[in-house]
Formats: sequence, C-alpha cells, structure tokens
Amino acid sequence: MTNTLFSFSGICKAFFGVQVLDGIDLELHSGRVLGLIGENGAGKSTLMNVMGGVLRPERGTMRMEGRLYEPKGPADASASGIGFIHQELNLFTNLTIAENIFIEDFPRLGWLPFIHHRRMADRARELLADIGLAASPWTPVERLSPGERQLVEIAKVLASDARIILFDEPTTSLTAKETAVLFDVIRRLKARGVAIVYISHILSDVVALSDDIAVLRDGALVATGRVEDFPIPRMISSMVGRDVKSIFPPPPQSVREAAILEVRGLSQPGVARNIDLAVHSGEIVGMFGLMGAGRTELVRMIYGLDPYAEGGVTIAGKPLPGGDPAASIVGGLAFVTENRREEGLLMSMPIAENIGLVALPGYARPYSGIIDQKRLYDAATGIATDLRIKAASYLRQSAKSLSGGNQQKVVIGKWLMARPKVLIVDEPTRGIDVGAKFEVYTILGNLAEAGSGILFISSELEELMGVAHRIVVMNRGEIVGSFQRSEFDRERIMAAAFRQSTEETAA
Amino acid sequence: MNTLQVWVVRTLLKNTTIILFLLLFVGFGLLAPNFLSLRNLEIIISNASYIGIIAVGMTFVLLTGGIDLSVGSVMYVSAVVVGLLIENYDFSIAAALMVGFLAGLAFGLFNAVVITLLGIPPFIATLVTMIAGRGVGLLLTRSAAVDFPDELTMLSAVRVFGIQLNIFIFALVVLAATVFLMLTASGRRLYAVGNDPEAARKAGINATALIAMTYVISGGCAALAGFVSISQLGRVNAGFGMGDEFDAIAAAVLGGASLFGGVGTAFPGTVLGTIMIQMVQAGLVFIRVDLYIQPIVMGGIIFFAVFLDSFRRVQLKKLERRNIMRLSDS
Repeated sequence: MTNTLFSFSGICKAFFGVQVLDGIDLELHSGRVLGLIGENGAGKSTLMNVMGGVLRPERGTMRMEGRLYEPKGPADASASGIGFIHQELNLFTNLTIAENIFIEDFPRLGWLPFIHHRRMADRARELLADIGLAASPWTPVERLSPGERQLVEIAKVLASDARIILFDEPTTSLTAKETAVLFDVIRRLKARGVAIVYISHILSDVVALSDDIAVLRDGALVATGRVEDFPIPRMISSMVGRDVKSIFPPPPQSVREAAILEVRGLSQPGVARNIDLAVHSGEIVGMFGLMGAGRTELVRMIYGLDPYAEGGVTIAGKPLPGGDPAASIVGGLAFVTENRREEGLLMSMPIAENIGLVALPGYARPYSGIIDQKRLYDAATGIATDLRIKAASYLRQSAKSLSGGNQQKVVIGKWLMARPKVLIVDEPTRGIDVGAKFEVYTILGNLAEAGSGILFISSELEELMGVAHRIVVMNRGEIVGSFQRSEFDRERIMAAAFRQSTEETAA
Repeated sequence: MNTLQVWVVRTLLKNTTIILFLLLFVGFGLLAPNFLSLRNLEIIISNASYIGIIAVGMTFVLLTGGIDLSVGSVMYVSAVVVGLLIENYDFSIAAALMVGFLAGLAFGLFNAVVITLLGIPPFIATLVTMIAGRGVGLLLTRSAAVDFPDELTMLSAVRVFGIQLNIFIFALVVLAATVFLMLTASGRRLYAVGNDPEAARKAGINATALIAMTYVISGGCAALAGFVSISQLGRVNAGFGMGDEFDAIAAAVLGGASLFGGVGTAFPGTVLGTIMIQMVQAGLVFIRVDLYIQPIVMGGIIFFAVFLDSFRRVQLKKLERRNIMRLSDS
C-alpha cells in the first residue's frame, strides 16, 4: 500500500455514558479513497468530528504524517490540511464565488484593509479550473445550482491546501449529472495524491469511488478491506449484524379489517412521489428509512403542516382538506413531532396544562366558552397517572423539570386526551432511556388495542421490528418496501432502505 | 415553474428598488411637470441628505439582521450637546461638533454592548435607548429649544465643488460606506454574518465584533445627520429627530436592504430609497394631496416596502428549496 498519511489509533468517545466510538484504528493513504459506511448513529459523524477538532476523544491518538495530531478546534484541522465537505453547505449565498472561497483569509492589498481583488480572482480562477467549474469567480453563489455550490465548497477546501478531504453525504441534493461531475473531481483529487474519505448511504456511489471500505457499527470498526472484497450484500450485512439489546412488549392482537388512515397517490415535487399508505384500526405500522429519506416530510404533509400537489388523505373514510392541521385534529389525527422540546411542549407550563392543550375545546362550558378547569385537570391528571409520568405534582410542576422520557410521555398524553383515531409518532424514543422506551412502546400498544391506528417513524430498525405489525420502508421520497411481521428480516429491510443504490449498480 | 418564469420572478424581485424609483419618478413627473426640474431635484436631494446619512448607518445595522430605533433620539442628543457647549461653555464650533459626534458614537456603543454582550434583542435595546436618549436631551435642555450661532447655520449655504455642503457630506458618507462594504474584508464579512450567522462563526469570523461595530457606525451617522439638520434649521426643539428612524428604515428597505439581514447596499440602494421617500413627500405636496392624508400615504409606503421585503424573502427561499429525491436532469 501507499504511504500512510493519517492514522487513528484506539479512539474512544462516549456521550452521557453511551459509547459512541469504541477503539477505532484506521489509516488514510494519500491518493486513495476510503468509503466509510454504517447505519444512522453508527458513529461516522462522531469520528469525523473528532478528526475535525470539533470533539475531543477520551482516549486514543491521531497522527498526521507520523506526527501527533491534537486539534483544539476546527481551525487546527484546516491548518493541518484537513478539509470537510458537509452535507449542509456552508456558503454565503449573497457573496460571490471568489469571496466565499477566501472568506476566512482574504488576500489584502499590502497593509491596507482592502481586498486584493485581482489576486483573489486569479487564484479563484485557478481553483475553479482545477475542479472544472466553468463560472466566473464574480458569480454570486445564489445563482449556482446545488451541484455547482458543492464544487465551490471543494474549491474552498483546496484553497487551504488540503491533503485530506472528507465528504459527508455530498450527493444528497445533486442531480445524476452533477454527481458524475463531482465524482470526476474526486478522482482528479485522488490522482493528485489527496487522501479522501467518502461517507454515504448510497452504496453504489461508495463502490464506484472507493479503493478501501471501512464499516462502522455501534461505534466500532467491524470490517475493513479493499473494495473488491465488499460486494454490496456484504456491506449491508456488516452494517446491520447487531444483537438485539432491548426487550419489546409484543404488539397487540388487535388489527382489524378497516383502514383508518388512507393515503392515496400523495405527491409533491422534490419531496414525495406517489405515496400509497394505509394504517388499519388497531395496527402499529413502522416507518423505516435512512436519514433524509423523507419520512418526516411525508407525515408533515399528511398532517397538513406542508402542502402537497397531488393525492389525498382520508381518516376513517372521511377526506382531510390538506394543509390544515386544525382540520386534521378534528378529523382524529394526532402527530407527536420529532423535536419535542421545540414543537411539542410548553416548557414553562405545568404538566396538566400541557396535557390538556389539544383537548381544550372539548372542555369549554356551553355558551360562555370558558374552560371547565376542574374537569380538564381531572382528566389530564388521570392520563398523567395512567402514563406513569414521574412528577411531584401534575398541576404545579413545569414540563421542563421532567426527564426526557417523562417529557415524551407528556407529549403523547396530550394527544391521548384528544382520543385520536390515528396517532403519528416521529422518533418518539430518541434520547430517552431504556425503561422509558419500554413504557412508550406499551402506551402505543395499549392505544392500538383500543382501536387507534399508529404510524411509528423510527431510525432504529430494532424497535420497529420489536413493536410493529408491519414495516414500510422509505427511500428518497418513495415507499420502496412493505414487510409483514412474519417477513421481518433485518437485512432485507435494510437492503430496501438502500434500494436505490443497489438498483443503480445493476443498471 | 419553468426556467423563464423563475428568471422573471427573480429579476423582478431583485430589482424592485430601481423599478419603483422609475415608476415614482415618471409618475410624479406626469402629474406635475415642474417636478422634474433640476432645481426641484436638487431641493429634494438636499432635503433627503440628513435622512440619507442616517439610512446609510441603518443599512449597516440591517445587514446584520438588526435594527436601530434610537437614531432619532441620538440625533437630538448630539445636536443638544453641540448647542449647549457653544452657548454655555464657549466651545468653538469645531470642538463642540467633535464632542457631539463622540456622544453619538457613545450611544451607538451603548446599543452595541447591550445587544452583543447582554444578548438583548436589537428592537428592544434600541427602543430603550430611543426613549432614554430623548430623556437625556430633555433633561439637558429642560425641554427648551436650543439655538445655534449664525456661523453654523451659514454652513448650509456653503458649496463644495458647486455642490451644497449637506449633499456633499451625504455623498462622502455614501462613498465611505460603499468602499467599506464592497472593498474591505470586514465589509464582505458583514454580508456573510447577515446571510448566515452560524456559518460565519464556523468560518472564523468575529460576528460579535462586526455586529457591535454596526451600531457604533449607526450612532455616528445619526450624530452627523443631526449636524447637517441643525445647519439647515438653526434651532433644535424637543421634537427634533422624532420619527426620523422610521423614514431612515423605510429608505434603507425601499433601497433593497432586507430586515432579515445579508442584503442591501449604501449605493445605489439606500441612496435611491432615501430619494424615493423624499420624492414622495415632496411629490404629495406638489400634487396638493391633503396635508392630513400625507402621513397615511407615507405609512402605506413603509408598509409596502416591508411587505415587499418579506415577500421577496419567501419567494427566493421557495426557489432554493432543498430536494430529497434524486433529481432528474431534465
């Protein structure tokens, strides 16, 4: 192999007692592309953040060209010749290409505070020629397509003489043509001796670009080798081969014939294509997909938070108007959002107030419209007790004083009080402990048993396999697979989530 | 939307200032032919100059996504300081102006500290300075009017290179601001901060210092505008500068500056916006609109400018929305 440019040895990192990186040993070589793959939360981003100086490892060392590398911050990484191309671009759309490239270190006119425009433009032109972007350095970035912006980011990294460049899901908003251009650039960089780390969920891209493959699973490096030894099925099985860690309450035997939520032909350009989906009374449907597959976007449309161009949604046979969350609530739809802190809770208000919020209209006295506080609080307290929310007082204690798991229960309780026909929960167990997770599963199970339909979105395949009757898989705005409980198979579901990539290889 | 439609929408939204300017210019010209005389245009620009100077300072603040409501009061206090120093303490005009200018910078610095270090939203922070600042001026004068010596008022008749002094000062301020905003590293970084504060910090830009600087500049501009105004009026009463902050904000926003930050220019934007505001005010008089209807029209224009800014932002955002699906190349 060629000479080692950068090495990790024994890197460990934990967040709140959870080991997210566990003894990583990895080498990067100049002129080679390393494809780094793994499921959501496998530790890829953490590893990159450690390398970029954003996070400090607890144990382990990194070496750049044999010398110890201990970055104190992102500036150290860039000074050492390590550049990052993130999924979210960090460009200033109101500035020109040249200004974006040199924003951190403008060339000056001697000791004057003025920018040396000619030098900046000349240097930018060289860099743009390097990456094959045919645009004037004076073009405002807002006029560029996503693909061209991506190339500007690369030019920016090259301007700081990067010898290692990490790409984190760089193709998510690129067209096929733009992706091809990007790959050409990456190959050209590689030929010039730059070491490249390429992180992506699109396995066909990884295969097309990489020389070496490294697979992360639960914070550990589980497989490494040359790309020839990693056909896509092996990549998938390396990523998912994990032991079941949690115990799940069995799903209730309650699925009935009648579809209670029906989504027909829902489409919105750029977001979702022809989505058909049904949730039956008493059924828990799991929705799986990789980050950015469009699951949250889809349920936001179903609930009426975002518009859709075509198709329709019905609840128990009655169509929803679309684009109107209030009508969805009246129709019997409830939505527990992903960000409970930002969207789901009034943090400084008491628990009972939070729980009573959605059901308020039902507790207004006739004629006056004034809320019957006593009846409302009694009902809210009843629900809080049922959910076993741990608090000294449901009437006085504020939501922010609760633990994450109990907060989540308050959010769910809020919707239970409105007695929804269909409950959509988006990542309800993220960031809560195992015990609380179990209780959330139980609550959802009881609700299904009582006849509601549940659409359960999660990035943790394990929990969906544990609690759902059926799992539907999304990929890039489309539903690409549906599995009955009897057909649950980790690798097949995962393969469906990666579908596009495998198909594209075949094509 | 097809590419042509996108292009048309984008072009219209990006050039609203010049389009509005031409519409107003031609419109008033047709309604009142004398309106377009060279003499009248000079009067309009001359009357606009002090608002224009404030609006240039305001443009800096707006670029960061902030706002400065205190400029009218700062203008008043600075003018009062100058007047009292000359009248009661025998300061020379130059020395008094210098101290008055420093007072303006000091108020700007106060805003800057409150906003950047204490984290109080600009709207509230500068609203407090607006109220308290006027209070300081009233306390110093006991709400009496302050008169200025003739040497100062005679300055308004001075011409530099054939241009009225106040217009000349306005032009200098615009030139300095444009050079700073367009040609210096700090100027370009100011745009970066307004565009995406988080990304700006990631790029190692000292956003806090830049934001703080804009309020100091705004305070300085307000003081300068006060001096230009007293040279024209010769007297400062308790209502001096009151409400000018809104004309200045309207001028900058009509000139294309965004209340959301990151967009705006001193020249041509804010200059055109300032002249537009003044043109409407003068034009309403020219075409004899009822005196009591004029404020309603001005209010309507400010509302329209701000509405246009929001509309532009929403539309441009829509054009740049991110896609989830793999895009086709068609």
